[in-house]
Amino acid sequence: MKADIRVALVGNPNTGKSTLFNVLTGLNQKIGNFPGVTVDKKVGYSSLPDGRTAEIVDLPGTYSLYPKSRDESIVFSVLADKANELSPDLVVVILDATNLKRNLLLYTQVADLKIPVVVALNMMDMAKKADIDINVDAFAQKLGVPVVPISARKTEGIDQLKQTITFANKVALQQDSIDVEAIAPQLIARIRQDIKVDNAYFALQLAHQHETLTFLSKEQSDHIEELEKEYDFHSQKAQGAETIARYNFINDLLYDTVTQKITAEDESLSNRIDKVLTHRVFGFIIFFAILLFMFQAIFAWSKYPMELISDGFVLAQTALHHYLPAGPLTNLLADGIVAGLSGVMVFIPQIAILFAFISILEDTGYMSRVTFMMDKIMRKVGLNGKSVVPLIGGFACAVPSIMSTRTIENWKDRMITIMVTPLVTCSARLPVYTLLISLVVPNKNVWWIFNMQGLALTAMYVFSLISAVVVAWVMKHLLRARERGYFIMELPVYRMPRWNNVLHTMYDRAKTFVIQAGKVIIAVSVILWVLASFGPGKRMDNIEQKYQQPQYVALQKSAPDSVSRLIASEKLENSYAGMLGHVIEPVIKPLGFDWKIGIALITSFAAREVFVGTMATMYSVNGDAEKMESVQAKMRNARNAQTGQPVFTLAVAMSLMMFYAFAMQCASTVAVVYRETKNWRWPAAQFAYMTGLAYLASLITYHLLK
Amino acid sequence: MRLSQLKVGEKGTVKEFTDLEMSVKLMEMGCLPGEEIKVERIAPMGDPIAVNVAGYQLSLRKREASTIILQ
Repeated sequence: MKADIRVALVGNPNTGKSTLFNVLTGLNQKIGNFPGVTVDKKVGYSSLPDGRTAEIVDLPGTYSLYPKSRDESIVFSVLADKANELSPDLVVVILDATNLKRNLLLYTQVADLKIPVVVALNMMDMAKKADIDINVDAFAQKLGVPVVPISARKTEGIDQLKQTITFANKVALQQDSIDVEAIAPQLIARIRQDIKVDNAYFALQLAHQHETLTFLSKEQSDHIEELEKEYDFHSQKAQGAETIARYNFINDLLYDTVTQKITAEDESLSNRIDKVLTHRVFGFIIFFAILLFMFQAIFAWSKYPMELISDGFVLAQTALHHYLPAGPLTNLLADGIVAGLSGVMVFIPQIAILFAFISILEDTGYMSRVTFMMDKIMRKVGLNGKSVVPLIGGFACAVPSIMSTRTIENWKDRMITIMVTPLVTCSARLPVYTLLISLVVPNKNVWWIFNMQGLALTAMYVFSLISAVVVAWVMKHLLRARERGYFIMELPVYRMPRWNNVLHTMYDRAKTFVIQAGKVIIAVSVILWVLASFGPGKRMDNIEQKYQQPQYVALQKSAPDSVSRLIASEKLENSYAGMLGHVIEPVIKPLGFDWKIGIALITSFAAREVFVGTMATMYSVNGDAEKMESVQAKMRNARNAQTGQPVFTLAVAMSLMMFYAFAMQCASTVAVVYRETKNWRWPAAQFAYMTGLAYLASLITYHLLK
Repeated sequence: MRLSQLKVGEKGTVKEFTDLEMSVKLMEMGCLPGEEIKVERIAPMGDPIAVNVAGYQLSLRKREASTIILQ
C-alpha cells in the first residue's frame, strides 16, 4: 500500500502506545523486522479525514533516546537518520497525562531533533480521576506544538488526533527545551561541520552513540571518536548534565500548566492490590496458582484445536495421495512438505494461548510484579526476574518463549535464558514421555491417591526445571558480561487488560512463528523425508518386488493393512535413515538403544513427537498416534534378536527419556535461536551442549538401572 | 543516609549519587537530586525494593539503591 505521509508513534512503555496504534490502524497492519536487527517492526495504515493515507510506524517504547536495549536503539536511528527507509514526516509523541514529568523527557529529546511533532496526551480520563488539571492550551503554547487530549482505551479524541495529523505543519515549530549546544559547544560544532549534520542535538547524539549506529561509516565513527578525545568529551557526564537541564525545563513547564490537588495521602488502588500480590506468602501462592492455571489452560484449551489441525493435515495428505498420480513427487508433497507444515501449524494453538496469557499479564502490570518478586532468586542462578516468563512458557513451547526473552535488557541474562529455556519440558516431549512411562511404570496408585505414572511424569517436569537452573548457574560463570547488569524498572499501575491488544499479540506471535520457524522445519522435514523414503541401490525396488510374490499377493487380499505395514517397516529399515540407524548403533549402544531406536532418534531430529510415529512404523502398526495402545503392546513384546530379552526394559525407557529431556531435537528452536541471536554460534553451542548432556545423562541412567 | 537504608514507608530527598553510570540511568527515570523518594515496599526475598518517585513507582535492586545518597 502506498501512503501519502509517514507518521511515527513514540512514547514511554505503558503509555498506551500500542492501543493507540491499534485504534488508528485497525486490522490494517503488518509486522516485519527493522532492517538488520531482530526487532519487530509494526507498520499500519490509517485513512485521514482529507482522504489521504497515513502510514503509521509503531516504534518500541522507550524512556529516552539513549537506548538501554536493542529494541530501544531503533528509535533514534529511525527518527534521526533521514536515509532510514522508515524516516517519518511527522512524529506523534504519546504522553501519559498521569505521569507527565517522566514522559516529557523523551518528548524534549525528540523535539530537539527538529522533526515535526504532535503530542497526544493520553489517559486524560485517568488524569481527571486523579485530580490532575492540565491547561492544554497553555501547555501547547509553551511547547509550540499541537497537543491533542485523548483516551486511547476509550477511543476518545482519536478523530481530533487524525485531524491534527492531517493539518500538521511540514516544518518543525517546537520551542527549544534546553540549550543543547551548551553541553559540548566545540564538539557539536565540529561534528555538524565534518559529518554534515544540520541539527545540534543529532550531532550530540552521534557523539554519544556513534559506536553502535549502523548508518555511520567506519571513517565517520572513527572521526567522531578522535573529536571526542580532542575536546575531552565524557559521554556519561554529558548525558547527566543534559538530563538535569531537561528536567529543569520540564519542572518549569509543569509548574505553569499543571495543577494537582494534593489529596491527603490516600492509599491508591494499585498499592492495595500490590499489598496482596507481592505479599511474602500470598504473593508466591497467587503467582504459582496463576502459573498452574496457565499451564493447565495451555494444555486443555489447545488439545482440541491441535487435534483439529493435525486431523486436517492427515485429511489433506490422504486427499493428495488419492487425487494426485502416485509417484515420488506426490510423496514429497504429501509426506514431506504437508507433513512438515503440519508439524509447524500444530503448535499455533499453544503459541497463541501462551501469548494471550503473557499479554494479559503484561497489560495488567502483573508481569513487572512477578519480575520484582522473583529477581533475587533468579539472580542467584545467573538469570533475571524477567527470565521467569520464558522459562514458564517453555513448558508449552520453547519457540514463543525464546521470542519473549526480548524484554530482558541485559545481554548476558538474555543469552543464558535463551540457552536454558529449551531444557524445560515442552509439550512435544509429552507424547514421548507418555509412551515410555506407560511402557515401564506400572499404572498403580501409591499412598492411595498418587498414580505412579503421573508421579513419573511430574518427576520429569521437575527434573527439567532443576536442570535448567543448574545449566544457567554454570553458564553464569562461563559467559562474560558485556555490560553491567542493573534492574531499574517501572512498576506500572494495575489496569484492565485490553482484549483487542491480546488478540493482536496472539495473531502477531503465531504469524511470526509460522513464517520464521516454518521455513526451517519444512526444509528439515523434506530432508528427513528423503532419508526415510529412499535407500541406496535397488533396495526399495527389491522390497516392492518381494511383496509382488504370490504368497504376499494372497495375503494382500486377506489382510491388506498388515502387508502395507510390513512394506513400510521394511522400507524404513532399508532407507538411508535406516542405514544411519545402523551406523549410529555402536555410538548409542552404551545408552541401551538398538538401531530401531536409532532410526527414531534420527527421524525425530526435527521434532521430538515424531518419535512416536516412527516407533509405530518400526513396530509395524498403523502409523496413527491414536493407536497408542497397539504401539505400546508391540514395543512391550519387542525382543532382542540375539538375547531374546525385552528391548524396552526400565533402564532403556528411562535412558530414552533422559535423552529426550536434554537433546535439542527441535528444528524450530534452533531456527528461532538463530533468529534471536543473529549468530549461528549460539544455536550451534546450544545444540552441542544439549546433545552432550543428553548422551551423558542417558549413559549414566542406563548403567545405574541396568 | 542511603536509599537502601530506608525502611518501608520512610521518605527522603535525593542529594547525590555515588556511581556515575547508575546516576545517568536513575536520572532518566526521574530520580533526580531534589526529588522526594519514598520506599513503598520491599520484595518478599528482601531485594529489590519499590520506591515512589516523580509520581510513579520504580523498582530497583538494593545495590542500586545504595548509590543514591539522601539529604
